[in-house]
Amino acid sequence: MTENKPNSFMNQPDERGHFGQFGGRYVAETLMPLILDLEQEYNKAKADPAFKEEFEDLLEHYVGRPSPLYFAPRLTEELGGAQVWFKRDELNHTGAHKINNCVGQILLAMRMGKTRIIAETGAGQHGVATATVCARFGLPCTIFMGKTDVERQAPNVFRMKLLGAEVVPVTSGAATLKDAMNEALRHWVANVHDTFYIIGTAAGPHPYPELVRDFQSVIGRETREQMLKRTGKLPDLLIAAIGGGSNAIGLFHPFLDDPDVKMLGVEAAGHGLDKQHAASLAGGFPGVLHGNKTYLLQDEDGQIAEAHSISAGLDYPGIGPEHAWLKETGRVDYTSVTDDEALEAFQLLCRTEGIIPALEPSHALAAVTKVAPTMGKDETIVMNLCGRGDKDIFTVAEALGVEM
Amino acid sequence: MTRLANTFAKPHPALVCFITAGDGDTAANLDALVEGGADVIELGMPFTDPMADGPAIQEANIRSLSAGTTTADVLKLATDFRARHPEVPLILMGYANPMVRLGPEWFADAAEAAGVDGVISVDLAPEEDEDLGPALRAKGISLIRLATPTTDDKRLPKVLEGSSGFLYYVAVAGITGMQQAAIESIEANVRRIKSHTDIPIAVGFGVRTPEQATEIARVADGVVVGSALVDLVKQHGKDAPQHLRELTERLAKAVHSAR
Repeated sequence: MTENKPNSFMNQPDERGHFGQFGGRYVAETLMPLILDLEQEYNKAKADPAFKEEFEDLLEHYVGRPSPLYFAPRLTEELGGAQVWFKRDELNHTGAHKINNCVGQILLAMRMGKTRIIAETGAGQHGVATATVCARFGLPCTIFMGKTDVERQAPNVFRMKLLGAEVVPVTSGAATLKDAMNEALRHWVANVHDTFYIIGTAAGPHPYPELVRDFQSVIGRETREQMLKRTGKLPDLLIAAIGGGSNAIGLFHPFLDDPDVKMLGVEAAGHGLDKQHAASLAGGFPGVLHGNKTYLLQDEDGQIAEAHSISAGLDYPGIGPEHAWLKETGRVDYTSVTDDEALEAFQLLCRTEGIIPALEPSHALAAVTKVAPTMGKDETIVMNLCGRGDKDIFTVAEALGVEM
Repeated sequence: MTRLANTFAKPHPALVCFITAGDGDTAANLDALVEGGADVIELGMPFTDPMADGPAIQEANIRSLSAGTTTADVLKLATDFRARHPEVPLILMGYANPMVRLGPEWFADAAEAAGVDGVISVDLAPEEDEDLGPALRAKGISLIRLATPTTDDKRLPKVLEGSSGFLYYVAVAGITGMQQAAIESIEANVRRIKSHTDIPIAVGFGVRTPEQATEIARVADGVVVGSALVDLVKQHGKDAPQHLRELTERLAKAVHSAR
C-alpha cells in the first residue's frame, strides 16, 4: 500500500488500477479480457511517439488548443480579493473539455482495430464530442442517453444526429446518466468483439480513470506554462467543478506535487445537501458501481440513489476514483454549491465578463465568489471554465421563470 | 460433502433455477421450483443498477425494490428457505455493491447464518477477489465465478483460482434472457474449460425452453434458467407458483433425462 504519506501524488494508480482503496476493475467477466487488452494497448500507445504526435496535432488543429488563459478584471474587482483567471476550455471545438478525451480514446479504438463506437451522455456534451470524433474518423457511433435527458437536452440530441450518430433513449431507472451508462455497458457486453466504449469521465474500470485523466491533463499542463509565462509564478488555488471529475483532474493533476498550489473541487449540492443532490464525496460512502470503487450516493443496503443537479453534466451519483483518493489523502479540498448558487454565479459571469458559462463551471464559479474575497490581492486563482453555456440557456430561463 | 457437491454427484445433470428475491410471493415461488424438481436455487439479490441483465430481470429488480425489499428481507427469505428445505443448495446471486456495503465479513457471516451455499457476484472480477472471496471461503461458502465466450485459455486459470461449487458458463457474450448461443459453441467451450478443471460446469444465459435445456444438459453438468421463470412471476403474480412448478417440471424432466 503506497497511499500512506505518498512521496508523490502523481504515481497512481498502481498496476491493478487502484488509487489507494479506490478504482479497480469491477466488471462482468465478458468485458474483462477487453479491459485487459485496452490496458496493454494504452501502455503501448503512451510509449509511442507517433501516438502522442497525432493526439497533439489533432488537439492543436482540430480542437483549437492551447485554450487561452484569461484574467477576469471586472469579476476580480467585483469580488475584491484574489485575482481570478479562467482556463478557457469552453472555447474548444464542441464547446467543452470533453473533446480532449474523445480524441485520445478514438485514436486508441482505431489502434485496437475496433470499428464501432458507443458512449453514454448526460447533458449531451460528451455525446456531441464523441459523435464529432466519430464523424471526423468515419466510424459509426451509438450514443445512449436517458430519455429524461433526451427531452431536456433536445438541441444536443439534434447535434448528435447531424453528426451522424444514432441516439438511443434509455427508459430504465430514472432515465438519466446513470441508466444511460448501464445501458451502454449492456450493449458493450453483447458487442465486445468490434465495439469500443468511449467513457466520458475519469471513472469506470481501470484503465479508464487513468487514460481519461492523462488525455485531460493537457488542461493543467497548459495552465502551468501559461501562468508561469504571464505571472511568473504558479497559481495559489485551482478550482474546478466535479461530476465524474474529468475536467477537475485534468486541471489538478500536473500540479499535485506542487505543495504550494491548493486545489478545490466543487460538487453539485442540488437542492441542498439535506435534500436531493449530486455531491458523492459530501454525502456518499465508498462502494462499487460502473466498474470502479469510489464514493457513491447510496442507502444502507447499497442501493444507488438518484442524484439531482440543475446541471445535467453533474447529475451522477458517483465520482472518479482518483478524486475519492485525493479527498482521503487530504491533497485536494472538496466543497459543494447548490443549484441556486450556481445560477447566481452563471448570471454574474454573463454580466461582469461577457461570458456565458455552462452550468457545470457555474458551480466552480460560485465557489470562486466565496473564496476569492478571503484571499489577498496578490494571490491568484485559476478556475477551469470547462464548458460554454449555450446549451443551458433554456434550463436557466426556466429556473429564472423567464418565458422565451 | 457439501450440499452443492452432493447435487453434482448425482447421476444426472442439475437444473439450476433463478428468481429475484422480493418479486412476488418469493417463498411460495421458491417452494414451487423445488416441487417442480429444481436441483439448485439461485436467489437474486435486487440491485438498482443490474448492468449485466436484460429487460426481464431488470424489471424484476425494479418491482422488488419498489415493493421495499431490503438486504435483510433477502436474508430472511434465505433463512426460511433453508428451514423448509434442508437439502436443497441455495445460492445468492447479485452485484457487488449490496454485498460489500457493510464489509465482506458482515456479508459472509449473514450468508452463513442464512444457510447459503454459494454466492455469485456478477461484477466482482477475480482481480478484485479480496473484496469478498477470502471472507466467503473462511465460512465455507462457495464463490461461484462466471466464465464467458471471451474468457480465453490464458485467462481461465485466473477465473478458476478460488472458485468452488461450480463454474457458471455464460453461453453468450451478452446480457441475461436475450439470444441463445449455438450448441456447438457451448459444447466446445465446456470441453475447453473441462480441460482446465474438475469443477462442475453449469451453463446459462438465454436458456428458456426444455428443448434448449436438453441440448445443453447433454454436454454440461448443469443448466441455469432465469428470465423465463422471472417472466412467469411477472405474468401471473400470486398465481405464479403453479406456472413455475409446471415449467420447472418440464425443464427438470428434460435436464435429468438428457443423458
